[in-house]
Amino acid sequence: MSTATPITLGESGLFDPSAPLAPSGNLGRRSLVNRFVQVTATAAALAAVAVLVIVVVGVAVHGAAALSLGFVVHNAQGLAGGGIANDLLGTLEIALAGAVIAVPLGILTGLYLTEFAGTRSRTGRILKLALDMMQGIPTIVVGLFVYGLIVIPQHKESGFAGAIALSIVMLPLIARASQEVLLLVPGSLREAADALGVNRWRTVLTVILPAAVGGLVTGAILAIARAVGETAPLLICDSIFNPTATSFNLFGGVPSVPMFIYQSYDLPLTQAVQRVWAAALVLMVFILLANLGARVVLARSRAKMGT
Amino acid sequence: MSSTARLAPGRRGFRARRGRRARSAGKLGDRVLFGLCALAGLLVVATLADVIYQLANNATPAINQFGLPFVWHTRWAPNFKIEGAGALIYGTVVASLIALVLATPLGIAIGLFLSMMAPARVRAVIGPLVEMLAAVPSIIYGFWGLVVLVPFIYHLEPGLHSVLGFIPLFGTPSTTGVSLMTAGIVLTVMILPIISALSRDLFLTVPRELKDGAAALGATQWEVIRGIVLPSTASGVGAAVVLGLGRALGEAIAVSFVIGDVTQIHGSVFEPGSTIAAEIATQFESPVNNLQTAAMFYAGLILVVIAMLCSVAARSIAGRFDVSAGMLAKAG
Repeated sequence: MSTATPITLGESGLFDPSAPLAPSGNLGRRSLVNRFVQVTATAAALAAVAVLVIVVVGVAVHGAAALSLGFVVHNAQGLAGGGIANDLLGTLEIALAGAVIAVPLGILTGLYLTEFAGTRSRTGRILKLALDMMQGIPTIVVGLFVYGLIVIPQHKESGFAGAIALSIVMLPLIARASQEVLLLVPGSLREAADALGVNRWRTVLTVILPAAVGGLVTGAILAIARAVGETAPLLICDSIFNPTATSFNLFGGVPSVPMFIYQSYDLPLTQAVQRVWAAALVLMVFILLANLGARVVLARSRAKMGT
Repeated sequence: MSSTARLAPGRRGFRARRGRRARSAGKLGDRVLFGLCALAGLLVVATLADVIYQLANNATPAINQFGLPFVWHTRWAPNFKIEGAGALIYGTVVASLIALVLATPLGIAIGLFLSMMAPARVRAVIGPLVEMLAAVPSIIYGFWGLVVLVPFIYHLEPGLHSVLGFIPLFGTPSTTGVSLMTAGIVLTVMILPIISALSRDLFLTVPRELKDGAAALGATQWEVIRGIVLPSTASGVGAAVVLGLGRALGEAIAVSFVIGDVTQIHGSVFEPGSTIAAEIATQFESPVNNLQTAAMFYAGLILVVIAMLCSVAARSIAGRFDVSAGMLAKAG
């Protein structure tokens, strides 16, 4: 059998170096199979890019028709008129309030994993598993949790409940990103600080965090971009609000762009559907720009750290 | 460049007369920082425990009323205070499996293309673009799916039925294009970036000597992939697939737009259905009675337990992978 194929797969599925080398005579078929696999893989990658292009272009074409400057600077009027300025502002309020909670907690968790828990420590492993599980919680269930935790005791839905829910969505993302970027800080910096007799907290504040700041910012931006588009937690925790008013009170209902889309897409009005497309375009542009910005920050900080 | 400048404050540590107060202040600072970090970690674990507690607590009326048979009873009739999640669990599993069946080979192929075949410049463009698929929010996938994808699927289904109709799964096409199949395809798009990015990273960890060695012995690229790359990363790819499964099981909004919201079990994937998450999304705002709310918490509890099991499974598979990668590196 070893003469049939020049590369013999052993029982483990790995290459068996002890098999004799011999010309097989089926080079044509082998290179045909190889070519087929390469074409398939390339086609798969192109198909994925094509789907992205179809989604983005579809939203852009439909959305651009209804989009104008007025759409983003005026409040909604009635069911199908006006803009989404109050929804945009509400989304920013909720997402930023969530980030105020999640960013410090996430960075502290990352610091715990890299600076205090050793690679083999049990607490570190438990915490990593907990972060994985937290990231695995479906966002709708995060909404149910916050509904039981905050909305039921307070007897009302609120932007605050939505912000707590979004912070739970963001926290594991930020913690994991922080951990990864803190691990990239060269150990020699820590050792140099230790050798100079610097206390650990000063090392963290003046050496480690400044060296990692680019990556930390990237992680925070990506998490906020993710939270801005979350609909399920807001549907559960912050879906009762005045859709035409600007709200600055986080402890009442706060409108948001995803909820605007969710509540208007099935209205039997052509203008309503056009406004949904435009709102989807605004949301998508914001999120894609945030992603691009995060990549730029990361690339610049990588270049600075020389990794 | 600035690392030395940033180290400058540390030079104060050399001054002989720092005194006991400064040192104890330093110790205090260390303790405060450690306390804060440990508190943050503790909060993560406590939140997880509280998630389970809140769901179970609010689900108590439904748990008392329906007990364990809730899982397999298929009648969801809140008006009659009869609720069983069987049909929802069926829909969740079927839609997620469709997504896995489609996204796993595609994701692995993309991972192979990005890690082994594409030139560096192509890779630098296509890699981030594929990852961008994960950045598009689920509400946009849902709305886009409803307006653009559903009519497309509507035209696709008769063809699939005439080719694969001998399998009962591919029954008579629906009259709307809203179906388990459509939900599965939207989920495919959503989990594809997870599987492809993770498998690309895994394939990049395969030691170069192994690949080069096989190639030097005359193996074609496909034979290198089949003989070296895939066997040495199989468990890691498995972990990536399980992570994708966890994401697909819990997706609510996008699925609720395109699945049709029918709480019955139909044999065909071209029939509408519903999933646990989508049903919570559609019905939570307007329950007919408190028992229905409790039943949705119960269903959410089931969902989160499955999702957490997926996370644990992925981590334990990936943990095994780390070991085998280390062994491979040594062997190479």
